[in-house]
Amino acid sequence: MPAAQGAGDPLVGLAGFAHALAAAGLPVASDAVAAFTRALREVEVGNPEQVYWAGRATLCRGPDDIPRYDSAFAAWFGGTVPARTPRSGELPRRARTAAMTTTNGGDIGGDAPQLRVAADDTEVLRHRNIADLTAAERAHLAELIAALRPRPPARPAIRMRPARRGTVDPRRTVRGMLAAGGEPVRPSLHRKATRPRRMVLLIDVSGSMSPYADALLRFAHVVARGNPGGTEVFSLGTRLTRLSRALRVRDPEVALAAAGRAVPDWAGGTRLGETLRAFLDRWGRRGVARGAVVVIFSDGWERGDPTLLAEQMAQLRRLARTVLWVNPHAGADGYEPVQSGIAAALPFVDRLLAGHSLATLQELLEVARRT
Amino acid sequence: MRDSTPTVGSPAELARALDATGYLADDGVAMAAFLAIRMGRPLFCEGEPGTGKTSLATALSEAFDLPLIRLQCHEGIDAAQALYDWDFPRQLLHLRTLEAASTGLLEADTVERSLYTERFLLARPLLRALTEAPCVLLVDEIDRADDEFEAFLLQVLDENAVTIPELGEVRAATPPLVVLTSNRTREVHDALKRRCLYHWLEHPDLAREVAILRRRIPGIGPDLAAQVAHAVHSLREMELLKPPGVAEALDWARALRELDRDVLDAETAAATLGAVLKYREDLERVARAGLDRLLAG
Repeated sequence: MPAAQGAGDPLVGLAGFAHALAAAGLPVASDAVAAFTRALREVEVGNPEQVYWAGRATLCRGPDDIPRYDSAFAAWFGGTVPARTPRSGELPRRARTAAMTTTNGGDIGGDAPQLRVAADDTEVLRHRNIADLTAAERAHLAELIAALRPRPPARPAIRMRPARRGTVDPRRTVRGMLAAGGEPVRPSLHRKATRPRRMVLLIDVSGSMSPYADALLRFAHVVARGNPGGTEVFSLGTRLTRLSRALRVRDPEVALAAAGRAVPDWAGGTRLGETLRAFLDRWGRRGVARGAVVVIFSDGWERGDPTLLAEQMAQLRRLARTVLWVNPHAGADGYEPVQSGIAAALPFVDRLLAGHSLATLQELLEVARRT
Repeated sequence: MRDSTPTVGSPAELARALDATGYLADDGVAMAAFLAIRMGRPLFCEGEPGTGKTSLATALSEAFDLPLIRLQCHEGIDAAQALYDWDFPRQLLHLRTLEAASTGLLEADTVERSLYTERFLLARPLLRALTEAPCVLLVDEIDRADDEFEAFLLQVLDENAVTIPELGEVRAATPPLVVLTSNRTREVHDALKRRCLYHWLEHPDLAREVAILRRRIPGIGPDLAAQVAHAVHSLREMELLKPPGVAEALDWARALRELDRDVLDAETAAATLGAVLKYREDLERVARAGLDRLLAG
């Protein structure tokens, strides 16, 4: 019946369809609707299939949009979606609301936390284990993390920049000669510029890592803000979730809330091998991991098969420039990498680092930059 | 045809024109390309490698008898590589010649003007597309370029014009038909996508793949085409590092034709699997699963 209304007045129909799209999770900008209207003039409006394709070409912006578009189209125009086989790897991931982390990182003592923070020396806090902090100390730590100004690792660029030493820059030299009326001048020199190298952060959000999840996400946000085009962040748990887009928002609280909503498997189990394979298949091999500095934050508790993890780590090692493994437990005295996961992964890791405190996270940034 | 933008009446008509070049477009591709032509908008194609994104541009150029200008994107690509550059060695040589011929009678302004003329301009793909339009401009693998380059491309696509400071504005008489492709190694900026029509290409279904094989490989029998298409489809179902695309299926069929095989049995498949699978791990996985099962489906 909605289709009948839409047929009477095209504008009403379009507005209704836009609503159906928004309800299906695909909000549409007005210029896209304008393009859709324009496209409808080119097709046979009586032919549902043509309308379907016209809408899909103008209203969708990525493969994740297509299932949403399909359901809205079916809802509005009544089940005339041309048959196609959705690829298993590209099914939409519905965001589900989930609690961020347990708020009690230690004792939520009733005794004036502000006073304790004031007394707490920042330098001491830097070296404290994040898992042992009180709620007030965590708030302080969040500020300290937000104040980090990480410099991304660099790689040589194709472009050149003027320099004192290097090769002759013909463009600037010719201009110099022209300015001198054609007389030879001292040649201008240039050399390769550098560009930020891509960084990929893979954060384990399983139950055993939950005391660190909030701090690590804040850390990831700071890194992503420092180099928005060149940072990719994913959560690992029972499944893989891409957080890069959510973390690109400037405000840390908004970004973290968005990331929290995106991850469906907070504090669940870990299937490192499988999620790592999902990362490599969908993103890594296509270019995200190529030549990048890849950092895995995980304690290495693997519920799945460690041989699969070893296989995937070997793949990752061949793709990435550097693979760093950050294990919060590695900072503890007497730590031995014996958990099945980390033991399998270790041969393919460039460095195993501790990430249990702000100081160790800063050290990680230094190590990443020097690779 | 050469002096105006391509005209086409309906998606079906476009599909027939593409068919004549050997490109079998499904309804989605035909409609997306049809709308791109009619609305004068760039077409943004995404999809798995080997689903025919790049060959769509080739087929369009062939179907409308337009030149194909290809810009291959890569990390660090900049305006000088995409748009134009000045031929500095020739300018230097020219400068020296003028100097030798003049013995002090030259005026700096005149010399400068003579250096920045079209004879020293090296047109790169984007400028060529604007000056040679109508044509098909293929911006391949835009996801490999950087954000800055995307922003720069935006301007060119928006205005179909570019300003060369020394020469002035170059504007396309008729806008080129633009096809952008991306393998999704990175998210392309919304601002760019907003200006384009979007199409996500899937691997062809079995019947279409058989048709493509028969179309593109001369002398292939219907049985062999069906066997190859079937095996390739089974391979796509397995969890491989690199599932084969249409290009791999074509390679495989060609390899079998070179060997004069008319049937695909386990022995032949084992000998030629390198045409389809490009990772040692994938070859091992398929061998473990058993080639007979792959062929039997």
